[in-house]
Amino acid sequence: MKKLESTFLNMVLSLVLIAVVAAAGLAGIYSLTKEKIDDQQNQKRQAAIREVVLPNAEATVEIQITSDTIREEENGKQWVIHNIHQDGQFIGAAVETSGTGFGGEQKLMIGFNPEGEIINYTVLEHQETPGLGDKISNWFKTEKGNQDIRGRKGGELLVKQDGGDVDAITAATISSRAFLKAIREAHSAFKEDEVQEVTGTSQLKNQPAEPAAEATTETTTGATQINETEVSHE
Amino acid sequence: MAHFITTPAPHVHSGDSVRRNMLLVILALMPAYVVSVLEFGIGALITAAVSVAACVLIEWLISRFLLKESGKSIGDLSAALTGLLLAFNLPSSIDWWIVVLGALIAIGVGKMSFGGLGQNPFNPALVGRVFLLISFPQQMTTWPVANGFETSYVDAQTGATPLYYLKQLIGLSNGSEAVDTANALPSLWDSLMGAMGGSLGEVCALALIIGGIFLIAMRVITWHIPVAIIATVALFAACVSWFGGVPNEAISTGSFVAYELLTGGLMLGAFFMATDYVTSPMTAWGKIIFGIGIGIIMMVIRLLGNYPEGMSFAILIMNACVPLLNKFRPQRFGEKRK
Amino acid sequence: MSNGLKTLTNGLLKENPTFVLVLGMCPTLATTTSAINGMSMGLATMFVLVCSNIVISLLKNLIPDKVRIPAFIVVIATFVTIVQLAMQAYLPSIYEVLGLFIPLIVVNCIVLGRAEAFAAKNSVGLSALDGIGMGLGFTLALTLLGACREILGSGKIFSIGTFEGFQIFPNNFAALIFVLAPGAFIALAYLMAIMNKLQKK
Repeated sequence: MKKLESTFLNMVLSLVLIAVVAAAGLAGIYSLTKEKIDDQQNQKRQAAIREVVLPNAEATVEIQITSDTIREEENGKQWVIHNIHQDGQFIGAAVETSGTGFGGEQKLMIGFNPEGEIINYTVLEHQETPGLGDKISNWFKTEKGNQDIRGRKGGELLVKQDGGDVDAITAATISSRAFLKAIREAHSAFKEDEVQEVTGTSQLKNQPAEPAAEATTETTTGATQINETEVSHE
Repeated sequence: MAHFITTPAPHVHSGDSVRRNMLLVILALMPAYVVSVLEFGIGALITAAVSVAACVLIEWLISRFLLKESGKSIGDLSAALTGLLLAFNLPSSIDWWIVVLGALIAIGVGKMSFGGLGQNPFNPALVGRVFLLISFPQQMTTWPVANGFETSYVDAQTGATPLYYLKQLIGLSNGSEAVDTANALPSLWDSLMGAMGGSLGEVCALALIIGGIFLIAMRVITWHIPVAIIATVALFAACVSWFGGVPNEAISTGSFVAYELLTGGLMLGAFFMATDYVTSPMTAWGKIIFGIGIGIIMMVIRLLGNYPEGMSFAILIMNACVPLLNKFRPQRFGEKRK
Repeated sequence: MSNGLKTLTNGLLKENPTFVLVLGMCPTLATTTSAINGMSMGLATMFVLVCSNIVISLLKNLIPDKVRIPAFIVVIATFVTIVQLAMQAYLPSIYEVLGLFIPLIVVNCIVLGRAEAFAAKNSVGLSALDGIGMGLGFTLALTLLGACREILGSGKIFSIGTFEGFQIFPNNFAALIFVLAPGAFIALAYLMAIMNKLQKK
């Protein structure tokens, strides 16, 4: 077959043809994989929440994630709280929190049981120094010396340098300090949220009255946020 | 500028003058080394000995067996100086195998890979140090506490460097937290004399300044680079303080500037590392721009970066700009500048 | 068939895309933090390379010269998107690591370079062989680089996700720099130097 001449008609025709075939092919592949991809992303969000609230449970254990609320401070800082129920019973909450570490913002998700004790945590995003501050991902859940914070009350945690009893990461006190501060704040956010749950007020004390509708939309915002942070973290 | 002779790079010296200059630089480093032995004890002796021995040995091995040269180049003392400078940039308590690895990288990667003395674009000792800092951040930022000239050498205690506290001060608002942090800083007198945590050779600013002035007086280095760096850092720090970057009630502009100047690797870098012949520009203006660049990059890393000290990164980054700076206002032989 | 064999082995050593042609440096430097990551990137690129080589070789007479670059890019981009969607769906843990760099295969010089330099001038069979050869060369180079960086930087090899891999020496002797960006440049430079030395002999 002879090569096509570069006439206007030929160029338009061949490009359109290639583009149409490519688009059709892609549309096919997309519809084939879409369900699977959505499934994966949903699982990932679930997995993060499960990891911090039910670290040892089988994946088959069913949980209900409800009433995701955002507590917001005036300076724009916010906490997303995912309350977790199992068989209709409140078993704890996963709180998204953040702090300013040595290299920048740390984004964490902390799991609390109803007594306010830390079940587990996971670091969603951070900019700490590799090899030093980035140890926050595992340091505080390693059983060694006095560095494990699991099972402790979230409100009382301070590094030794600040008069507390938690071992800071060697040579990364600032990162450790920021990490524990974020946990203390998450704990107080969780406590306040719980008080409202118990008393039945769906609104937050220090927020202007914009009740139910706001709360539901926030449920979805909270959910998408986890997805985003998780994706960018990995 | 009349005493300046500019020639195209690379500069190759006759063996004699390299040896003499290296010897003078080593001599100029001695006051700081004596202070560090007094401060950190036996650790400072061991680290420096291991570093110098490893650098000389590795240079000999590479030039003898890889480059198939005579191996005589170690006689020019440049490998020994690299070893000494590398040791000056390490904590005195560091493991010996880390020092040896640093020497391998400094000489092997930083110098011999490019063809040996005169060909390397980056300061070899700093290549070694930065490699170690990124590879072993924990060991490289665990500083033994200086014992303040006490005679009993019980180390094992570790502490933060002044820069660590300075970094914490950035962005803190006035208040008790800021005052506490400022109080954790060593006194300015201690910073000048070297009674504080830090790398082996960087702690005593006074001894380093004396050594630097000696080098300038002996015409081993010129004043341009150190003065440009120090002036830039002072001005930068003053501006940060004036515009409210640090809580002024806790730390005054004057003492903030003084701490930025006296702590960390600034004096060591300004007088001994940035002025390395091979890796610094040749023209006077080139040197001044080189120094200003180092000052700005260092302050940005100190204030905003992920690592507490930015001197070595700043010098390496500006090392990369040297070929460009050498083109800046070159003076042709016999040509009069407009 | 010696011609086909030559085409196939061409990409492995003599014109190795990474060590000799120095093409596609972005994924080479960025994704080789471990052997498995490097290999996955290499295989993804190889798939795109083989498919686009075949399709472009088939279409070479249908595409007028003046619009060949946009046509090639559309073909390549299609296959890259297919790889991306498939990986996202079936290999999520690898996709998380390589994510950003998969779409960048579109602008990987190797793929467009082989389309332009080889597939547009040669038969379908040879183009496929060229794609396999080049792809294998790229995969081997990335795996080698990834393995070196992983061993030096963490003391272990072939770790993926939660699988810890095989520990070769204790982690605290490992130089962290090799899994970070500067280590990529250092390791690549020395591998290239060694390759040059070996091939000169």
